Amino acid sequence: MERDTRLTWPHKDLLDVDQLSLDDVSTIFKAAASFQEINSRPVKKVPTLRGKTVVLFFAEPSTRTKTSFDMAAKRLSADTFSLAKSGSSLSKGESLKDTALTLQAMSLDAIVIRHAASGAAQFLAERLDASIINAGDGWHAHPTQALLDAFSLYQEWGSLAGKTVCILGDIAHSRVARSNVQLLTKLGAKVRLCAPRTLLPASTEGWPVEVFTDLKPALREVNAVMCLRLQLERQQAGLLPDLREYARTFGLSARHLKDAAPEALVLHPGPINRGVEIDSSLADARESLILDQVAAGVAVRMALLFLYLTRKEGST
Amino acid sequence: MSAPELVVRNARRLGAPVDLLLAGGRVLDCLAHDPKRSHEGATIIEAGGAVLLPSLIDAHVHLREPGFEYKEDIASGLTAAAFGGIGRVMCMANTRPVNDDASVTESILDTARKARPFGPFVHPIGALTKGLKGEALSPMADMAQAGCVAFSNDGVPVANTELFRRALEYAATVGRPVIDHCEDPHLFPGAGMNEGAVSSRLGLRGQPWVAEVLQVERDILLAEYLGVPIHLAHVSCRQSVERIAAAKAKGLAVTAETCPHYLFFTEEAVLGYDTAAKVNPPLRTKDDVQALRQALAEGLIDILATDHAPHAAHEKEVEFQDAPCGISGLDTALALTWKLVAAGQLTELEFETRWRHAPAAIFGLPACHLSPGDPADFVLFDPMAEWIVGSEAMHSKSTNTPLLGKTLKGKVTAHYLAGRDVLA
Repeated sequence: MERDTRLTWPHKDLLDVDQLSLDDVSTIFKAAASFQEINSRPVKKVPTLRGKTVVLFFAEPSTRTKTSFDMAAKRLSADTFSLAKSGSSLSKGESLKDTALTLQAMSLDAIVIRHAASGAAQFLAERLDASIINAGDGWHAHPTQALLDAFSLYQEWGSLAGKTVCILGDIAHSRVARSNVQLLTKLGAKVRLCAPRTLLPASTEGWPVEVFTDLKPALREVNAVMCLRLQLERQQAGLLPDLREYARTFGLSARHLKDAAPEALVLHPGPINRGVEIDSSLADARESLILDQVAAGVAVRMALLFLYLTRKEGST
Repeated sequence: MSAPELVVRNARRLGAPVDLLLAGGRVLDCLAHDPKRSHEGATIIEAGGAVLLPSLIDAHVHLREPGFEYKEDIASGLTAAAFGGIGRVMCMANTRPVNDDASVTESILDTARKARPFGPFVHPIGALTKGLKGEALSPMADMAQAGCVAFSNDGVPVANTELFRRALEYAATVGRPVIDHCEDPHLFPGAGMNEGAVSSRLGLRGQPWVAEVLQVERDILLAEYLGVPIHLAHVSCRQSVERIAAAKAKGLAVTAETCPHYLFFTEEAVLGYDTAAKVNPPLRTKDDVQALRQALAEGLIDILATDHAPHAAHEKEVEFQDAPCGISGLDTALALTWKLVAAGQLTELEFETRWRHAPAAIFGLPACHLSPGDPADFVLFDPMAEWIVGSEAMHSKSTNTPLLGKTLKGKVTAHYLAGRDVLA
């Protein structure tokens, strides 16, 4: 079965979820489920990607995503190398193009890139033979986060069809929101966005979403709420008067969930600001999938590295 | 009538076949084409039905010299102008040093004369404020005397309305128009991308049209209050056109330009993070393109200008948010905008008015209707000749245009200034 997967995986890069067909997503979820089983074994390592080299190119601070990818690669026996902003030539003023050319010369198999500039992953993909896995570019896309979010929900529900998910918080500056809108919709869910006008994108024309600026109707009968992290600099930029007011008007608490469908779930990509976008007790409550998301993240990233790095064996 | 020294035979002017007779650097006459008429002793240019236009004026160009010669220099910019059918180039002041002093103006003119003694010619636009900093007026009388034909803070519009008002009054005293780049200083200046559906999808910061229109409205109000002329640079959106129409209806001395890229591209050109389409003001929507085309035909937009803004390849080959704004336009402007004539959206007379007669009138440059006595400044343009936009065909040092690699129809086959071939 794994052999078939190798033969049919059609993509060199993962830039955003819009590249993936429903079949692709289902392939990723199947692989992720089998890797999740490996992650529950006493010895959590398989030789699948022995000899493969993965560079973790994080030009923006990130602990969770980077660790998750690093762990995923190592459990598949790939070699990983880190290229962080502080420790790399970027701090010496090297352009992204020159960094790309340098990486190209090193004959790598995959580059996982996190970058503050929207489009940075595509920039590398257009110039490199290695597979580019987008681990978040600017406000644009975070496909692996969306895949792990959807996988977490899929594991709970078996299917996303007909479910309603509300994405709550700083949508405007969120790559997580952009990728999730596309993927959740593709999987048959209905998506709502809820934020103050200052944190909504300038235009949601063509987005398959319902937009709310009031939390109460936004949460009515939803099956899951995805809280987004509020970057504290949004307040400094004049988009919010203060965090206390934000917590009161848009922060999620157990009280708000009463309007949601029974057994509604709560997600958050982390790291969470307890007491700002989510009430602290709710983050730890039974409804919270936050730690399941972290576990799903490793499995989904193992699945992705597996699919993208073994792709060449079958493709001619 | 003295004997012609040069005759352009069988050219198409405003739809009719003509013979253009020239002597002493001036037009003797422009007659209906007569295959039997002989011109003994004259040099004959067989136009073969090519379009005859007066040489164009480009009122908005960044020549980059002094200071940024790796992007463009005066010689390369003027060569691109020559092959683009543009005989007079008004160059913006954002060089290093800034053209905010008569000595810089003189040095630009001197370099241009040495590089191309017979043209295309440069007419510098002086900085409105010292160092373009928006803090103190530049010595406009000195600079006007040295050859500046207008003043502008292009690229860094003056945010301080009191200072801008004084600048308008002082420029009027000196007898030079002010060209304003309209952009609110706080609404994401220089984003290079329209705020809207595409910026939201790509996760890019956008500049909304309201950023332009706020300053357009301010400038129109100041022009009305002070009774001074003002020229609005690179208008990009419908809402600006609406304000300009209202100002013109009131009889205010407000003139406006737009650029070829705003007539042929929308924000969708940025999809794929194409930095060649990053320009300020940004490319907007289909609706704006329609409004601008209509305004151009109606004369609400008075002139066409390129806003030629060359940047080196390595500067544009970066993350979108870090790329400089600007499109290289001198090589492609005539061919691109001729599409409007070919499509019947602009008459040939309107075309040459927007590219020559109107800018000449607004900025006090020589008129040229190819009438007897006018300078022998003309272009022959083959509207059917196809070429591929790229470094081989372009004369600018920089190829930062969303047209790169595309086929354009229409090519300048001859360009004469004062009766001299400037393509030689």
